[in-house]
Amino acid sequence: MTPEVVEPGVKVRLPLVVNGERVETLVDGYKTLLEVLREDLQLTGTKHGCELGECGACAVLVDGEPTLSCLLLALECPGRDVVTVEGLVSDGRLHPLQDAFADLGAAQCGYCTPGILVTAKALLDREPHPTRERIREALSGNLCRCTGYLQIIEAVEAAAAATPRATRGQAR
Amino acid sequence: MSDGSLKVIGEPRRRVDGRAKVTGQTRFADDIVLPRMLHCKLLRSALPHARIVSVDTTKAEALDGVHLVLTGDAFPIAYGVLPVSHDEHALCRDKVRFVGDPVAAVIAVDEATASEATRLVHVEYEPLRTFAEPEDSLAHPEPRIHEYGDEGNIHKLVSLQFGDIDAALAAADHVFDDTFFFEGSTHLPIEQHAAVGLKDPDGKLVVYSSTQTPHYVHRALAKSLAMPAAHIRVIATPNGGGFGGKSDPFNHEIVVAKAALLLDRPVKICLTREEVFYCHRGRHPVLMRFRTGVRKDGTLAGVDLQTLLDGGAYGSYGVASTFYTGALQTVTYDIPRYRFRGCRVFTNKPPCGPKRGHGTPQARFGQEVQLDKIAERLDVDPADFRLRIVAPPDSLTANYLRIGTIALADCIHSVVRQSDWKNRFRKLPRGRGVGLACSSYLSGAGLPINWNDLPHSGVQLKLDRSGGVTAFSGATEIGQGSDDVLVACVAEVLGIDPFDVRAVTGDTDLTPVDLGSYSSRVTLMMGNAAVEAATRARDLIAGAVSRRLDVPPERLTFAERRVFDASNPSTGVSFQEAVCIAEAQFGTLGTTGSYTPPKPAAQFKGGGVGPSPAYSYTAAVVEVDVDPETGWIRVPRVWIAHDIGRALNPTLVRGQVEGSVYMGLGEALMEEQAFRRLPPRLSNALVHKFPSILEYKSPTTLDMPEIFTDLIEHPDAAGPFGAKEVGQGPLLPIMPAVANAVYDAVGVRIDEVPITPQKIVKALQAKAAGRDARYGPAAFPQIRWPEPLLVAPPWEGGDGRASNEPSRKKRKAEAGIEGTAGVRA
Repeated sequence: MTPEVVEPGVKVRLPLVVNGERVETLVDGYKTLLEVLREDLQLTGTKHGCELGECGACAVLVDGEPTLSCLLLALECPGRDVVTVEGLVSDGRLHPLQDAFADLGAAQCGYCTPGILVTAKALLDREPHPTRERIREALSGNLCRCTGYLQIIEAVEAAAAATPRATRGQAR
Repeated sequence: MSDGSLKVIGEPRRRVDGRAKVTGQTRFADDIVLPRMLHCKLLRSALPHARIVSVDTTKAEALDGVHLVLTGDAFPIAYGVLPVSHDEHALCRDKVRFVGDPVAAVIAVDEATASEATRLVHVEYEPLRTFAEPEDSLAHPEPRIHEYGDEGNIHKLVSLQFGDIDAALAAADHVFDDTFFFEGSTHLPIEQHAAVGLKDPDGKLVVYSSTQTPHYVHRALAKSLAMPAAHIRVIATPNGGGFGGKSDPFNHEIVVAKAALLLDRPVKICLTREEVFYCHRGRHPVLMRFRTGVRKDGTLAGVDLQTLLDGGAYGSYGVASTFYTGALQTVTYDIPRYRFRGCRVFTNKPPCGPKRGHGTPQARFGQEVQLDKIAERLDVDPADFRLRIVAPPDSLTANYLRIGTIALADCIHSVVRQSDWKNRFRKLPRGRGVGLACSSYLSGAGLPINWNDLPHSGVQLKLDRSGGVTAFSGATEIGQGSDDVLVACVAEVLGIDPFDVRAVTGDTDLTPVDLGSYSSRVTLMMGNAAVEAATRARDLIAGAVSRRLDVPPERLTFAERRVFDASNPSTGVSFQEAVCIAEAQFGTLGTTGSYTPPKPAAQFKGGGVGPSPAYSYTAAVVEVDVDPETGWIRVPRVWIAHDIGRALNPTLVRGQVEGSVYMGLGEALMEEQAFRRLPPRLSNALVHKFPSILEYKSPTTLDMPEIFTDLIEHPDAAGPFGAKEVGQGPLLPIMPAVANAVYDAVGVRIDEVPITPQKIVKALQAKAAGRDARYGPAAFPQIRWPEPLLVAPPWEGGDGRASNEPSRKKRKAEAGIEGTAGVRA
C-alpha cells in the first residue's frame, strides 16, 4: 500500500501485529521497519549488516514472507503481521529450528542467525521437508561469514526431520 | 576423540552460549540502549593524502540537536596497537592519510542529526601526492606519509638469513624462481563495529565495544586520553564476527569515550558498512618472490623469500604482519637454509592489518603453488613430494621455532585417501582437476605485543555454597566459542556439567587480563589457565572432602556432579555439598590460573614473531570444474584434514574448519579489497572500488562445496587436554589448493589470487599463443635490502643469536622500556 505523504518531523501512528501481539507506536516517517523494530519496539534480536538489502541479517517475516526489514518503510506496514526472532519461541520452548541451530553449530557469532532462522522458518512453513537444494536457494540471500553454511543447512534439515539432537542439562 | 576418562571434552555439545544466539538475546554493542544516550557520527576525509589547513565547526555546532563537535585538537596523544607504531590519533590533527580517515566527530541527539551536522563541518585541505601502489612508495620517499619508519615511505625492512643460502642455492640441483601476488581482502564481519562510551556513576569511564582485544583498547584509551587505566573499564561485547578486523584499538572507540567524559552522557557509534570497508585492517596485498633450491633426491636445499607488503596508511599490526610473511615456512617443511627479506610500505589506502592467518596466507600461497610446480618438474606426485619434506617433530627449525607435535603427514595421507587422489590427480578429463596444499599455524603468539613478563591469560574461579561456579576470563567471544572452551575446561576438571558454569568474559573491571581473541591463542592459553584454576579448586575441595569422608584426596574422583571415592563410588557427596564442606573449612572459595608461553629459542632481533607453544597443521585437496571457454570456475568438493591435537568440542571445531574453507574459497575466487581513482573532474581521489556487500563478492550458500573434514587428534602436551588451534590454520591451504587444481584442470598457472575467470582465460590465451601458460606478476621490484642478520641454523652450530647484531643489552637500552618483544624496532 502507498503511505500517505508525511510531513518531516511529524510522527505517524503505526499499528502492527508483532510476534502475535497488537502494538501501536508513533514512528518517524523516514524510518524503516528495521529501525522501528529495533529502536521503537526494542526488538533488538533483528540485526543489521548493511542497511542496503545486501546481507540478509535484517530479515523478518511480513505476513509470512521473508522480508528485508531495512528496505521496507515502516509506514508501508500498517496492520501487517510481523514475526521476528523473538517470536519463534512459543510456550517457553525453542522452535525446532532454534534447537537444531544451537545443537549443531549453526550459530557461531550469532549475528546472521536471527535473519536465517526466520527465513528458514518461512521455508519449513511452506515446505516441511525441503531438499538440500531448496534450503540452499532459500538461504542464498543470507550471508554468514563464520560457518561456511554447511552446519546451517544441516540444522535446517534436522529441524525438518524434527529430530534435534538431545542435549545435556541445557535450558530449552 | 573419545577418551574414557573425559566426560565433557571431546563430546559434540551445544555451546554454552547457543541458546542466547538462536533467540536473538546475545547483546551486541549496537543493541545497547541507555537512558540519555546520544549518537556519534564521524566526518571522514574524502581526500587520500592532504594537509589539514583548517577545520571550521561553527555551523555544525549551531545545528539544533548537536551537543558536541570534536576535532583533532581534542586528541593530542597518539596511540596504536604495536608500541613501535603509535601513529594514529582518534581524529586527524595535521593531515589525512586515506579516504576515510576521520577528521571530526559530531555528537547529537540522534544519528540523522549527527550525520547532517558532519556535512556542516568545513575542512580546508592542501592536497599532497597520492601513493596508490607500493611501487610509488618505493620510488618516492617524499612527501612522507608518516614521519617515522625505516626510510621514506618504507615502514619496515626486515632481513634475516639462516645459513649461507646463496651457497645452498648454488649447490642445489634445481633452483626454482617464482613470483606471486596475493590481493588484499577484508574481514567483512556481518556486524558493523559499534561502541558505547559512558561515565559510570562514580565518574569512571566505561566503554562497551565490539572488539576482539579489550585489553589493547584499555591500554589505548589510557594512553590517548591520559587517564589512569584503573579508572577505565572496557567491556567487549560478543562480536558479530571478527576475523582480525576488530583487533586494533579504533578511533571511534576513543572518540565516544572522550565525548562521554565531556558530556557525562552515554554516547554510541555504529559504523555504516561503507565505513567498515574503510576501517579495514585486513589482508595485506603481498607481492613475493620464492627462490627454492631442490636436490636430486627431492629434498629442499634452501629457500630465499622476498615479500613486499602494501601496508596502507597506518602501522596497525603491520610490523608483525611483515615478519609473519616469512615466519612459518620452516615450521611446515624441512628447510635447512633460509633467507627472508620483507618490506612493508605505506600507501594512501585504508590500513592493512591482521586477517585470519595474519601475514602467513600470502606466502603460504606462493610456497604451496611453487611446490606444485617443483613436483611437476621432478615428475613426482605432489603429495609424495610433501611427505618427503615434512618438518620433523620435536625439533628446532632453521629460524629457531620449536616444533612439538606435527601430524602433517597424517593429514596428507588422510586427504589423499579420502579424495581418491591417486586415481584422480592428472587423470581427470580436461576441465576437471584436483589440487593439494598444506599449511601450519600458531596456537597463539609466543611473545606478547607489549614486552613484559606478565601472563598472557588469566582465569579466576568463584565457587560458593550454591554449587555454582563462575569463571572469569578476559578472553572475548567472537563466535569462535571461547566461552564454551572456558566452561568446558572448568566443567571437565570439576566433574560438573558445562551448563553449571557461568562464564564472565571480556570485561577489564571484572575479569583477569587475557590478551584477546587473535592469533588463535585463546583455546591454548585461556584453556591452560582455566585448567590450572579448576585444578586448584578441585585440590582445595578434595582436601576438605577427604577429611570429611576419610578418603585420601588422591582417591577422590570428580564426576557427574559428585565427589566420590574412586574405589567405592557410593562413598561420596554431591558437588554442591563438597563445595559447602570446602567453604566451611577454608572460607570464601576462589582460585586463579595463569598461562605464560615458554621462552622462545630465538635470540635475534625479529625472532619474537613466529614462536608458539604449539603449531597446528592442515592438508587439503580441492576439486575444481573449470570451463575452458569462459574460465568459469566451480568448486564441488573439498577434503581437509586438520591436526588439532584434541577437539574440545568437535561441533565447534568442525565449524571452524568449514568456516575457514569458506573464507579461503572467498579469497581464492572472488574477494578483493581493491581501489580506483575517481575521475579527475571529481577529485582524482583513491577510493575503495566497491565498499558494499553486494559488490564485494563473498560466497553464498550456492557457492559452497561439499566439505569432508577429518580431525587428526594427537594430543600435544602444550595444550589443554592436548588441544591446538583450529580457527585460522584450515584457511591457509585453500587458496593454493585451488590454484593447483586449476592447473590440473586446464594446464595454466594462476600465480595470484583471486583466481578469476578472466585470469584463467588470459592464461589459456597465452598458452594457445605459445607464451608462458600463466597469469601472474612479471617481476619482483628491486629493493635496497639492508645487510641481513646472520643466524647460523641449529645444525650449523648456531645458538639462536645473530653473529652481526649489537648485543642485546645495548639494544634494549636504546629501545627504552616500552619495547615489543615480538616486533622490536
